[in-house]
Amino acid sequence: MSAPYELSDDSVVVIIGTGAGGGTLANALAQQGVDVVALEAGARHLPADYVNDEWASFGQLAWTDMRTTSGSWRVAKDFPNLPAWIVKAVGGSTTHWAGASLRIQAHEFFALSEYGKVEGANLLDWPISLTDLDPYYDVAEKRMGVTRTNGIPGLPGNNNFKVMKAGADKLGYTECHTGRMAINSEPRDGRGSCRQLGFCFQGCKMGAKWSTAYTEIPQGEATGRLEVRENAHVLMIEHDGAGKVSGVVYQDADGNRQVQKARVVCVAGNSIESPRILLNSASSLFPDGLANSSGQVGRNYMRHMTGSVYAAFEEPVHMYRGTTMAGIISDEARHDPSRGFVGGYEMETVSVGVPFAAAFLNPGGWGRPFTAAMDNYAHLAGMWLVGEDMPQESNRITLSDEVDHTGMPVANVHFDDHPNDVAMRDHAYAQGTALYESVGATQIYPTPPYPSTHNMGTNRMSEQPADGVVNGFGQSHDIDNLFVSDGSQFTTGAAENPTLTIVALALRQADYIVGQMSGKAI
Amino acid sequence: MTLRPMMTSDTARTLAFTPPRSALKGLTRRQLLQRGLALGTGLIVGPGFIAGARGAWAMELEALSPDSMATLLQMARDIYPHDRFGDALYAAAIRQHEDRAVTDAEFQQFLADGVADLDARAVEAGHASYTAAGWEADRVAILHGIEDQPFFQTIRGSLVVGLYNQPAVWELLGYEGSSVEHGGYLERGFDDIAWL
Repeated sequence: MSAPYELSDDSVVVIIGTGAGGGTLANALAQQGVDVVALEAGARHLPADYVNDEWASFGQLAWTDMRTTSGSWRVAKDFPNLPAWIVKAVGGSTTHWAGASLRIQAHEFFALSEYGKVEGANLLDWPISLTDLDPYYDVAEKRMGVTRTNGIPGLPGNNNFKVMKAGADKLGYTECHTGRMAINSEPRDGRGSCRQLGFCFQGCKMGAKWSTAYTEIPQGEATGRLEVRENAHVLMIEHDGAGKVSGVVYQDADGNRQVQKARVVCVAGNSIESPRILLNSASSLFPDGLANSSGQVGRNYMRHMTGSVYAAFEEPVHMYRGTTMAGIISDEARHDPSRGFVGGYEMETVSVGVPFAAAFLNPGGWGRPFTAAMDNYAHLAGMWLVGEDMPQESNRITLSDEVDHTGMPVANVHFDDHPNDVAMRDHAYAQGTALYESVGATQIYPTPPYPSTHNMGTNRMSEQPADGVVNGFGQSHDIDNLFVSDGSQFTTGAAENPTLTIVALALRQADYIVGQMSGKAI
Repeated sequence: MTLRPMMTSDTARTLAFTPPRSALKGLTRRQLLQRGLALGTGLIVGPGFIAGARGAWAMELEALSPDSMATLLQMARDIYPHDRFGDALYAAAIRQHEDRAVTDAEFQQFLADGVADLDARAVEAGHASYTAAGWEADRVAILHGIEDQPFFQTIRGSLVVGLYNQPAVWELLGYEGSSVEHGGYLERGFDDIAWL
């Protein structure tokens, strides 16, 4: 059997989404002889198509299909229909990610045991540990070309990083460097090296940054066992009378409904769309949606504690020149409740251009306080604070009354900060402020969380079926041939950017699926 | 390499200012003044047009009255005041509202009502009109009074992209824009900071 596959071919594995999870899984399975159909809601955009223009790129790549929001989070007020800034294209959010590739720390897999019960939080230990994932992290780092691993030199530090490093030294931080980045610091793997374009968030036109769009996906397609269908928006997953998934319903590029039969289905649509699909797949046998005997599908939505600190200096910085995430401080990523919160956070440089600064530095703001900041643009340094937010059952994806162009109910994203999130953010703002002031900042601009670029937890892993949606291999507790392959598997958020872990989990899941299929278990 | 920009229609609407039609192009200030009046703000308004003080830019108007457009222009500057930005940049930013009002009668009325309300509030505060209120602080106080209303939010929201997505604005703010065609910043100062 080889690509392209018939709709009636029920021997294929159907993967929904081609991002860090779906794209990695698709290639890993195809390499091992499995026939795969990958359904991608978006189009195929490659480096030649990307544009170094923030709004034009947003129009090209961003997921802007209707979503609704609720809850006390500021995103619901400022961006009521844009809860997340993620990508709708082959490659998913690996198209616009910054490239930060960090392993989750050992203790973070045991958040409940380590932190203890936190009132109002739905903490749970992962059913796997760092030991389980280390071999796959090794493979992932090598495949992705992560700097500071595999003999790959770190990237050079840009102006924004130099300001961060100077401040880090003043504050006594010891873990500050230019990051473990999946961006070629020298040509590697048939891809060019970074020329510090400064438009990482708009797709890397050098192909220096790893993205499944131009690595895993074409490698998988070259085996003849991977067929990617673009502009194929999945509506729901079908099952048979025995409760096994049997096919995937999608709307094709012409707007027609199609059904691709499947032996196995893997959901990797990112943490808002994946639970939406499962919930929209409700049937008489599964009235609460697929894989949802626990009621946890859609729940425990995490977006990381985030916020930014920008600072103005007397002299220019030109922070936009070069990689967007040009450096990191990991000192605060430890668990240290003496600071007033559980879990930790990373401090990572960030930069946006004038167009996005106007939109995101102070959404809704106006007048001279706003324009004074904009007038300081060339003198700004910036950092993004990203830390472990608490899973709460009430932070969840549910189905809205509104329908979109597919005729299916859209996702509503409800979110409220947990007091631990607020305490952590306040601490992070204070540290970022102290850092920039230590090197002469004359003005500080704490910035609220943007529409979420990290989305996790909504189909979480658990040891016990009652506590989550999937097991340690991302396999549904309820349905053996249904898997979750994206960041919605995360039991807790940890302090680290999620992509490397999503890739490692997908590599591990591929091995498991191959084993299960050869043993005819699925 | 040739870049093929992908524009949303919103982005397209906010692109660089459309040059004035030939009727006004190349007129001297004196000639413009002969057709209209100089406002205290330095703008020139006349039948069916509004222009910058030296005719460097002009906007022909079909839907909005020149006085209304002058008010919106002042309002835009008061919402996002940049003293080094010429009026042309604000005019380019709000031109989209004139364009929309040409074919959308309800929106045209919405704008007219908003402008009328601004002027009424200015009168209540002791000024002849919004644009006649000479101190920015007075005009900003009036804007604070309406900042939660749809009219203010429509204008303000449109400026976020309308004003700040202009290459001329980027240059004034020191943002160098698209980089790949210049080989990135690797050899253009990505790490040139010298004051640390």
